[in-house]
Amino acid sequence: MPVAGHPSLSEAAPLPSRGMIGAMTRPIRRLRQASRTERREWLFAFILLLPSLTMLGAFVAYPFLRGIWLSLTDAVVGREGAFVGIDNFIKLWNDSIFRRAAQNTFVYTAAATVLKLTLGMLVALMLNNLMGFKRFLRASMLLPWIVPTVLSTLAWKWMFDPTFSIVNWLLFRLGFIHLRIDWLGGPVVAMWSVILVNVWRGTPFFAITLLAGLQTISPDVHEAAAIDGASPWQRFWRVTWPLLLPVTMVVVLFAVIQTFADFQLVYILTGGGPANSTHLFATYAYQLGVATAKLGEGAAASIAMFPMLFLVVLFQLWYIRRGDSGKGGTQWRK
Amino acid sequence: MGDKRHTTPASDTLALSRRSLLKGAAAAAGTTALGGLPGILQAGQAPAYPKGTKLHLLTRINFIPAGDKLFLEQAEEFGKQMGVEVQVERIGENDVTTRSSAAIVAGSGPDIIMLQNNFPHLLANGLADVSDLAEALGKEQGGYWDLSRANAYVGRQWLAVPYGVLSNTMNYREDWLKEAGYSKFPDTYEELREVGKKLKAMGHPMGQCFGHSVNDPNSWCYPFVWAYGGYEVEKDGKTVALDKKGTLDAIKLNTAMWKDSFDEGGLSWDDASNNRAFLAGSISVTNNGASIYFVGKDKFPDIAKVTNHAPNPRGPAGRYYHMATHSSALMKYSKNQPLAKEFIRWYMDKKQYEPWFIAMSSYMIPPTKVWFEHPAWKTDPKLTPFRDSIKDARHLGYAGPPSAKASEALAKYIMVDMFAKAIQGTSPEESLAWATGELKKIYAA
Repeated sequence: MPVAGHPSLSEAAPLPSRGMIGAMTRPIRRLRQASRTERREWLFAFILLLPSLTMLGAFVAYPFLRGIWLSLTDAVVGREGAFVGIDNFIKLWNDSIFRRAAQNTFVYTAAATVLKLTLGMLVALMLNNLMGFKRFLRASMLLPWIVPTVLSTLAWKWMFDPTFSIVNWLLFRLGFIHLRIDWLGGPVVAMWSVILVNVWRGTPFFAITLLAGLQTISPDVHEAAAIDGASPWQRFWRVTWPLLLPVTMVVVLFAVIQTFADFQLVYILTGGGPANSTHLFATYAYQLGVATAKLGEGAAASIAMFPMLFLVVLFQLWYIRRGDSGKGGTQWRK
Repeated sequence: MGDKRHTTPASDTLALSRRSLLKGAAAAAGTTALGGLPGILQAGQAPAYPKGTKLHLLTRINFIPAGDKLFLEQAEEFGKQMGVEVQVERIGENDVTTRSSAAIVAGSGPDIIMLQNNFPHLLANGLADVSDLAEALGKEQGGYWDLSRANAYVGRQWLAVPYGVLSNTMNYREDWLKEAGYSKFPDTYEELREVGKKLKAMGHPMGQCFGHSVNDPNSWCYPFVWAYGGYEVEKDGKTVALDKKGTLDAIKLNTAMWKDSFDEGGLSWDDASNNRAFLAGSISVTNNGASIYFVGKDKFPDIAKVTNHAPNPRGPAGRYYHMATHSSALMKYSKNQPLAKEFIRWYMDKKQYEPWFIAMSSYMIPPTKVWFEHPAWKTDPKLTPFRDSIKDARHLGYAGPPSAKASEALAKYIMVDMFAKAIQGTSPEESLAWATGELKKIYAA
């Protein structure tokens, strides 16, 4: 990932070299040379790892590889497909609904992540500085995260109902609106409504993780900064934020992955409508693969999000490693 | 089956079909304890099923609870008589197709799935041939309506047994129409717009769903296009024919109606939203099944009293209906195929079907013609438009043959989104061009 003024990706994460290959095969050589006790330990470790490896193979690796294979076939429900190369991807490239879904996914992920980070940080700072009701407030704040997504989203669907919306009723009663808002009706407002629900649901995850990060920062650092005359904002920006950055980056990484592949919220709230204005990669892949029975095309739509998501994640991992190794701005382990 | 052997109640009219059924059952089972088909016929008894056999049927949740309750009782009775356990699972209508696809891919799941619309075409590879059963029932009951046949007959075989047709016609408030100066429901789309304008000005707009939901949006959009002379594809089933002046006229009129006659919430509605809005007194006219009326009779009698139904409006090319057909599909992966066929035969038999049809208060039109003159239709004249609508029903993908391509167009909401795009501000011409392009991709594949 060449970025001007920054070390290249190859510097941060070099490709496997002869040395690395040697390092990878070293355990095997060591096992051959190991004593009986050591071999037993190796075997024990392997047995302990086996369940995890089996789970990963069965539930991650196999579906992923199967998905790649399906995306290269013309499989439909009830019939194994024949290999068609990249035909499905070419179809998707020319598919206006897919392009719309791709655009929506980026908007949805970017907007929701930024909002969740901002709100999550505010809530975390507030909870960190609260004197009373700490446990109660922390538990209450987690509710949106704990409640099953389908249930909470159905509740939101009711709140957004154009005829019976309690949100509209409140806004009307408070004098903010004179005409009702069709929260899920217009292309722009529908997308922002869906983002709002995602933010509502995802903010507690940010808040609780950032709160955990905040509590690892020694109060001495803040006191020292205060004695030096730093204002609250300066203390946040110069002390809290840099020290919290490693945790923040990890939380953002998880959130981006989850949001990018989000399905339930949109499926329940709008089904991708109106006029495909809220379709995401996952909902459109589902529509193609399951509702229209075209498994090959559905798998292709699903796999198509992988390279894009992979690039985003790769960038974030590189950024985290960069900080970890002390290169660049986020030298949090010093 | 020992003590639990069951003989379906004797009926002269059913004797032939019983034999047909047993032939099919025996063929599927391969063999029987009594020495094949002759043994069964000699004994006059149905094949035995191992103890602990479970039969699983998946269907949608109906809007008429009484019908669902009776069906469950019938299923239980069938289970008792056959010595098997029958499980009836009901899920939301929008999820039936997706559950079916998942079951077929997994190769396990319900033995029978009540598929909607023309999805037997879409899922053809996963469905078992039920031609013997469907043909026998059709013969017994005066033949199938064209729409029922079109949706369940794939290639040269029946891949589902038609179960019923859910008709959408115009539901309206008689009292508000009278207030607006109309003694009867308008006959054409243009007249409907004029009535709608007045109703909206009075604070009683019409309401129509244009969201991604399987029934109501399609039941409004397809007939509107057909009524103005538009249709998806030519008779060859390949040449997309949507781009016609008639289609454009329909989009333009619908967009105009949206502005001056409709409630503005319809873009985000699903199939249940207009029911709620109508029963809450928020809308005066909507295209729907009879569910609003039935729920009204039960819970909002004052509204039911002033609710009536009328045929779909007419356009320059005629009056048409898109109807959600329901068919019992026997899954190819099912290990209980003879039993499943027996069950379908059981609940489609007049002895079971008639009380169910009455319990459903004529909400669902039976798939065969023998029921057209049934006295149940005459108990409430407000329901007559539903019965009559079946004669003007068209299959998806008209004027081409019924096909999986038409199912795909429906599942992708191409027709609905064409109207929705125009409502959202895309020009009618661009909306039509978009829909035509999408259909071309589907039909060219």
